[in-house]
Parts: sequence; C-alpha cells; structure tokens
Amino acid sequence: MPATDDLQKAQRFREAALPHLDDVYTLARYLLRDAADAEDAVQECYLRALKHFDSYRGPTMKPWLFAILRNVCNAEYARRAHRPSAIEDTPGAAEQTPIWQETETSPETEMLRSRDAGAIRKLIDALAEPFKETFVLREINNLSYREIAEAVGAPVGTVMSRLARARAMLRAAWKAEEEQAR
Amino acid sequence: MTCDEARILLHALLDNELDAGHAREVEAHIASCPDCAAEFAAQREMQRVLADTDLRYTAPASLRTRIEALLPQPQRQQPTRRSVLRGFAMGSAVSALAATGVVAVVLRQDDQQRILSEVVSAHLRSLQAGHLTDVISTDQHTVKPWFNGKLDVAPPVIDLTAQGFTLVGGRLDYIDARAIGAVVYKRRQHVVNLFVSQTSSTEYRAPKTETMQGFNCRRWGNRGLNFWAVSDIGADELAEFVDKFEAAMKANVEG
Ligand SMILES: [Zn+2]
Repeated sequence: MPATDDLQKAQRFREAALPHLDDVYTLARYLLRDAADAEDAVQECYLRALKHFDSYRGPTMKPWLFAILRNVCNAEYARRAHRPSAIEDTPGAAEQTPIWQETETSPETEMLRSRDAGAIRKLIDALAEPFKETFVLREINNLSYREIAEAVGAPVGTVMSRLARARAMLRAAWKAEEEQAR
Repeated sequence: MTCDEARILLHALLDNELDAGHAREVEAHIASCPDCAAEFAAQREMQRVLADTDLRYTAPASLRTRIEALLPQPQRQQPTRRSVLRGFAMGSAVSALAATGVVAVVLRQDDQQRILSEVVSAHLRSLQAGHLTDVISTDQHTVKPWFNGKLDVAPPVIDLTAQGFTLVGGRLDYIDARAIGAVVYKRRQHVVNLFVSQTSSTEYRAPKTETMQGFNCRRWGNRGLNFWAVSDIGADELAEFVDKFEAAMKANVEG
C-alpha cells in the first residue's frame, strides 16, 4: 500500500493536472501531427510532471505542463532523426525577416471563407516551428503572452513577433488556398 | 510608431494584451495608416473565423485511463455503511443486544437524512478514491453529452467559470442504490459536487443548507429534479454557488 503522502500527492496532482489533459493532448497533436505519437508524448509528459510535481510552484499549471510536453516532443523529434528539430531555441532566418514585407498590403480586406475544422487544422499543421507552437498556444490553448513565454522559455517580445509571423503566414496560406480553389 | 512595430503590436491589441497607453498608440497608427489598418482588419477577421471553429482535440478515454493507472492508487476501500454494520455485528466486545441498538440508531433516520448521509459519503469517496471525474472537461458541451445514455435524465451541465466556479467534469455515482449524475466544479482548490436526480415532484423546494461530517450540503428541488451541492467551502459560498447555478438555469430555460 502506497504511503499516505504519496496518495495525497497523487490526489493533488490529479486535481491540478488532469483537467488539462485535453489541452496537453491538443498541443501534442499539433506538434507531432500523429495521434499515436501524441498519446505517447502526453503519457510521458504526465509521468514526468508527476515525478517533478514537488518542484512545481505555480502560479498556473498549464504553462508548466506545456513546457514539459515540449521537452518530450523535442526528444521525439530527435528520434525522428530524418526530421529537423521543430522547436528551435535560436531564431532562424525566417524569424528575422520583417513581417510586413511578407503579407498582402492591399487596403481592401477580403473576407476569408469559413472552413471546416479539418481544413484549418491542415493549414496550421503546415506552419513552421517555432511559429506553429506559438500560434497553437495562443489561439487554441488560450494562453496569455506571459504564459506562452513561460511555457516556451522565451522573452515575451519574442513570443509577440513569432505570433505576428505565425498569423501572417497562416492567413497567406489560407488565402493562397482559396485562390487555387477558385 | 513605425509600421514594423505596428505589425507586431496590432496582434497584442487584438489579444487584449496591451495596456491602455500602448493600445491608444497602436489605434492611432492604424487610424492614420491604411496598410496597417487593412492588416488589422484582416487579422481580426481571421481571428473571428478561427474562434468559430473548434480546433481542439479531445484526449482518448484510453489515454486518460493509462495516465490514471500511473498514479498511486489507494488500496484501502472506504468503509461502506454495510461494512460498518458488519463491523458492529461481528465486534466480539459488543453484545448482540447492544449491536442491535447501534444498528437501530444507524438505520433510524428519515429518508432525507439517509440520502444526505449517502450524498456526503459519495462526496468523500470522490475526493479520496481518486475518482473525482469520469469525464474531465471544462467545456459544458463535452460534459453534457457524456451523460447521455448513461442516465435516464442527463443532469443540466452549466459552465459557471465566469461566476467563479470552474466546471471540471462529470461522474456517475450511486445514491440510494440508483445511478445518479454528479457534475463537478472547483472553487479555488475546493471541490463542489453537484448531485442531480430525477423526482416525480415538479414543485419548487427552496434551498436549505445542512452540515454533516464537516461538509456543507445545500439541497433544493426544481423542474422535476432534486439537487444536492456538497463541498467544504463555507455555507455562504455554497449558497452563492446555488444562486448562480439557478440563475444560469433560469436564463437557459427562458433564453
Ligand atoms: Zn503602418
């Protein structure tokens, strides 16, 4: 029989971490683009989170879990040796390109046609890292800029420029697809 | 402000992350720069379309089960009332006559009182056995359908996050030998279990708070349902929870 301390810890962990399972799984699906790999990564993430739960000081659980998940996913990227490490800590050339040169600057605003979730997920999946994770953390996991910075271990300013890039790229890809469909 | 800066900051404006001073600066730039105004409008439009689409994934139940299995599980069963009675009956130091007396005391409660004690036991079980929720989600549209088909009448599932009580999930429980829905909320770190069962009476019964084993339980009846809200939060906070829940129910029915 486990010690009472362990049970209490497990109970606290359960109450603090399990309500975020869908969020963690969602991020894993976008980062790994594979359902089975995402499941493995999330399980490993919770295992590590439980192990390090004593060192968790808050204030919010989600960024802490996401930071652990990112580490797990980085290991998974390393295992998929043929793929580049998708989450880089140093900004690549793409990140240093000015945003506004890349985007449509015509004054008229074209409305985007509503698309089904599957089509939009594909567009998001195609975004390069680290822009995709920033976008998913903000737009789908609903983290604040500060929480994203905490989860990815980058300054808030970096988070802001990555997010701006991510959205500009997503919108460009979205519009390009609509042009093709025409 | 340059266009380069505006192209980054307009997102912070969209996301409501700017303080009032910076928000005014970005708004002023957008008002005077057609290019940035177009980009702002385009991004706002995309954010609206994205917000209307469910882009989240739901973790498979098997994954949740695997993770649950990783956690240390209590081996010890909570004593059920039956085993308490058996304990009394078998206690060698207790004479048969005394045991009968004790049994009578345990059993002689009115129905309300007996059910209240079952509700509090179920609340305790949910906290101690690592079985707070069968379905974990802060989304009422995930929790509500989960109950369908498991119960004759699915309990109303209402998100009260904005009102200070976070929906964390739902659970199937047993009260009075019947399956019953429990909707689980959190107030800070405190669990609130809301048990809901069907009743033949459609008359309104005003909420009433009782205390048992250190827990507050507020019960009431409305729209053919009996409700028991149980928690270790204070009686006033629990009353607030019930008021917020009823107000939201009323809004749902009338809206
Ligand atoms: Zn401008």
